[in-house]
Amino acid sequence: MSKLAVKNLSCQRGYNLLFENLSFNLSSGEVLKISGPNGSGKTSLLKIIAGLNSSESGFIEFNNIKSDSEKYQLETLYIGHNAALSSELSCVENLEYLTNLSTEIESPNFLKALKDVGLENYENEFASKLSAGQKRRVALSLLYISQSKVWLLDEPFTSLDSNGARIIESLIEKHCAKGGLCILTTHQKCNIKNLKEISL
Amino acid sequence: MNIFLATLKRDLRMAFRNPSSFLNPLMFFIISISLFPIAISPDAETLMNIAPGIIWVITMLSVLLSLNSLFHYDYDNGVLEQIVISHHSLSLVLLAKTTAHWILSGLPIILLSPLLGIALFLDSKSIYILMLTLCLATPCLSLIGSIGASLVVSIKNSGMLLSLLILPFYIPILIFATSAVSQSQFNLPINGQLYFLGSILIFSLISAPFISAVALKIGME
Repeated sequence: MSKLAVKNLSCQRGYNLLFENLSFNLSSGEVLKISGPNGSGKTSLLKIIAGLNSSESGFIEFNNIKSDSEKYQLETLYIGHNAALSSELSCVENLEYLTNLSTEIESPNFLKALKDVGLENYENEFASKLSAGQKRRVALSLLYISQSKVWLLDEPFTSLDSNGARIIESLIEKHCAKGGLCILTTHQKCNIKNLKEISL
Repeated sequence: MNIFLATLKRDLRMAFRNPSSFLNPLMFFIISISLFPIAISPDAETLMNIAPGIIWVITMLSVLLSLNSLFHYDYDNGVLEQIVISHHSLSLVLLAKTTAHWILSGLPIILLSPLLGIALFLDSKSIYILMLTLCLATPCLSLIGSIGASLVVSIKNSGMLLSLLILPFYIPILIFATSAVSQSQFNLPINGQLYFLGSILIFSLISAPFISAVALKIGME
């Protein structure tokens, strides 16, 4: 049973206190949706949990592993606002590098991952030639490759059509059914089982 | 694949697919140096005396020109976020990116320097010393520059700020490198200058990737 513990987290950006003493626990199989108006600190919270930004106070642990450790980084997968794709590289070359950065898998099946997100035969297409929705799908195809237990998804449904959103929702459900956990921010309605929600 | 090699391969591949990113500073280097004989004097002795200074100042400026793009592009598209939260050593990834930067900016300058040295009437011994100083010092320019580029990564149009931050650290390199080439023209000993450049290289190779990693985390907050 995996457990992510967030304790007394506070975040200040400039003169604005975004949130204070925020605490929650998330266990295997659970999905947490962070909601709130624009500028309320949803992305900042995800970035703090991902280890990208620091918080004013508090700490984060996953299975008693501190958030500043190498093992914690291997257990978490963060997909942010930007698709993290370089326009000079093809879909497979982009995925190859991002996988190298985020996992230790020896030979992942990129073609299958791209097929699963509806981008069959796009493996050699340059990222610059893709639409915003297709770029999003390539970024989210990392979810099929990753072995991380904690998924941190910032606005995963942005630019996706209803079919694409449904693919990602069912992927999150499968991940949680296998003992993973997921934190996501979105302004859209989600149809995901075991969905918890906190508002900032 | 080893993350150092994977990053190096990726950055070089991206640069060769968008060659203007590294050809522009190189063209600046060639054109600027070729203009000096026209603007100052075609006299061999005059050009030979000022050649070390000209080549070294233009080298620094062309490296500075290319430094701004070292991290900006990856910051804009989100790849830098993935690099920072990766389980791999951030210093190692940044060292790979800096190595790619040197291969694209410093190495072509070293290879072109004999031709430009001949154009400025440097003798063969001085050209050899010029290449030696460039080999020792251009990696330092990339390594020290990566610290400044990390700090200003989130600031748009930060070229001027980056130059102000980095140029003071380039001055010792400029002094020792130009002095080595100038003194070699008069057959004076240059061991001291080369030792200094060598020690700056070793010191920056050891410390710059770690300082860059800390600076990048601060720059991305």
